[in-house]
Amino acid sequence: MRVLIIEDDSETATFLVKALKESGHTADWASDGISGLELAREGAFDVLLVDRMLPELDGLSVIQTLRKEGNQTPVLVLSALGDVDDRVRGLKAGGDDYLTKPYAYAELLARVEALSRRTIPGEQTTRIAVADLVLDRLSHAVTRAGEPIALQPREYRLLEYLMKHAGQVVTRTMLLENVWDYHFDPQTNVIDVHVSRLRAKIDKAFDKPLIHTVRGAGYVIRDSE
Amino acid sequence: MTASKYSSPRATLRTTIFGLSALGVAAYLVVTAVMFAAIVWQLNRVFATDVLDSLSAEVRTLATIEESGGTDALRTTVQRLSRGSNARLYYLSGADGSKVAGNLAALPPRFAEEGSGGMFPYRFGEGPRAGERYAAGLAVALPDGGRLVVARDVEDQRQVIWWLRLLALAGFAAIALGGLGLGLVASRSVLSRVETMSEATSRIMVGELSGRLPLAGTGDEFDRLSESVNAMLARIEELMHGMKEVSDNIAHDLKTPVNRLRQRAEATLRTAKTAEELGAGLGQTIESADEIIKTFNALLLIARLEAGAIEETKTKLALAPILTDAVELYEPVAEEAGVRLFAERIADVSVDANRHLIGQAVINLIDNAIKYGRHSLQAGNGKETGSSDTQANIKVSLHQDSGRAVITVADNGPGISAKDRERAMERFVRLDKSRSLPGTGLGLSLVAAVARLHGGELRLDDNAPGLRAVLSLPV
Repeated sequence: MRVLIIEDDSETATFLVKALKESGHTADWASDGISGLELAREGAFDVLLVDRMLPELDGLSVIQTLRKEGNQTPVLVLSALGDVDDRVRGLKAGGDDYLTKPYAYAELLARVEALSRRTIPGEQTTRIAVADLVLDRLSHAVTRAGEPIALQPREYRLLEYLMKHAGQVVTRTMLLENVWDYHFDPQTNVIDVHVSRLRAKIDKAFDKPLIHTVRGAGYVIRDSE
Repeated sequence: MTASKYSSPRATLRTTIFGLSALGVAAYLVVTAVMFAAIVWQLNRVFATDVLDSLSAEVRTLATIEESGGTDALRTTVQRLSRGSNARLYYLSGADGSKVAGNLAALPPRFAEEGSGGMFPYRFGEGPRAGERYAAGLAVALPDGGRLVVARDVEDQRQVIWWLRLLALAGFAAIALGGLGLGLVASRSVLSRVETMSEATSRIMVGELSGRLPLAGTGDEFDRLSESVNAMLARIEELMHGMKEVSDNIAHDLKTPVNRLRQRAEATLRTAKTAEELGAGLGQTIESADEIIKTFNALLLIARLEAGAIEETKTKLALAPILTDAVELYEPVAEEAGVRLFAERIADVSVDANRHLIGQAVINLIDNAIKYGRHSLQAGNGKETGSSDTQANIKVSLHQDSGRAVITVADNGPGISAKDRERAMERFVRLDKSRSLPGTGLGLSLVAAVARLHGGELRLDDNAPGLRAVLSLPV
């Protein structure tokens, strides 16, 4: 995956370039809005990481310009402004996701990977399968090895989100935002308990666990260890 | 000193009130001056016409007498008339120019010419009571070369007009002086009020934040202004006080975790020999950093809420789903903690509010109830809680009460003693029992800030046993 980082702080940018490379991606860096816009126009990127406050041209204007020109590259907005309003403004400008500084790298990586997957066709499929676990998005029926599994509505949505991002790490914050629509960090790890409940229904009766905990990051649903 | 700026004479003359009174006086003077001038002019005209008419009538009569009776008849008539009223003056001269009859001592110099007439001064009386008066007269030339002057004393009329003029001038002067004087006094009094206000603000500006503008107690416009300024000052003081408190608390409460972070990093650097030990040490360091970030985020949010800048994000919001969602989110956590969390009596109430903030407030209340209600209950009982009486539970409910939506989160834990309840809502206050638990100490103050921002309030009540947090919002 090719990532473009538009960020004026060179230390942050250097860290991100290095870390993304270690995670198996390639990353380019632009240090101001204008050069970032020019690089992004070349269109060879899978995801853009855009800081809101940039010299020359601010981040939201960069995104707005790209969207006006028909460029649909997924954008993750990075900002020190973390209010719900700021977030709404970032998404309105055409950002696909919003991450508040300071952030954990694992969080950023999970979101970048989730964004890049967004453009892959087939997201709208009605039937998602991971190994022998099958989720039917029309009937909301979930089966594993052909056996029906009864889920609460919220458990269903949690599983659906995990399966939509099968093979990708999904952080607790992403779950809280996308499954519950809460945009803040609760002090208790409420998500863990929900996931372990879901796990009990999906994995307990079967030999091969599908939902895995990724230490320091979140969860992933996948076929293999 | 700034005070002198207001007490100087120039400042007094430059006030709006003085300017207005000066303008008023000037306008009044112009109008009355025109009026007086018109009156005097009219009076003069009436007097003059009057006198001239009677003079020419008399001159005609005397001319008739002279025509019929000759110069002698005229002389006797003039002599007779001269003895009459003091106001009627005559002078008759012969062909040689010498006086023949009349009560005027001499021919007024200008009357020597043909057909002349007008105002002239004449000597009157004798001795010490003698004086000069004015008269108006007409002169006619007689056929024998003599000259007749008929005049009327007009001194009284002159006096009337003179007095009138004097009166007008005196009145003008009085009005001008009085008006300007009053203007000055008013100006001074306004200035002195402004001066005291300005002194008070100067004192406040240099740091005496508890200072207020003085009230005269008259309830006038200055008092009203002072009152609203004082209300503003009170709010500013409150905010400044809050800021100071926050910065003190930040200094105190953030230094501790920052210091902990530092110590962990130092310890790792000093003692870690293997890569694993290093990794563990760094992990701990990151945890400490996250803790600090959380505290900062909560603080920033509270600060923003207290600045009150979210008005545009309010929407008509049904509260029931917010509560059931929050209960649903926390129910598993509560169950794992051995607490029964349930929603009961959820009414259908809507408020004008920001969905995210209300959601976060409700979640903070539930989070608190699980954390402190349960924890202290166990600590208090020490042992397993067997009977159903001591089953920890948290009840979330919503009802409408006299125009307010009332959200209640009630637990049956140990509660908070009455004296600590107010304090528990303050920033960073962590009551002794909770110090060992994770948390920023900002949860309840955030809820309180959310409540205030929406025009509502957070109250902590005794649930006997337990704590009942009541968040009420205007519908």
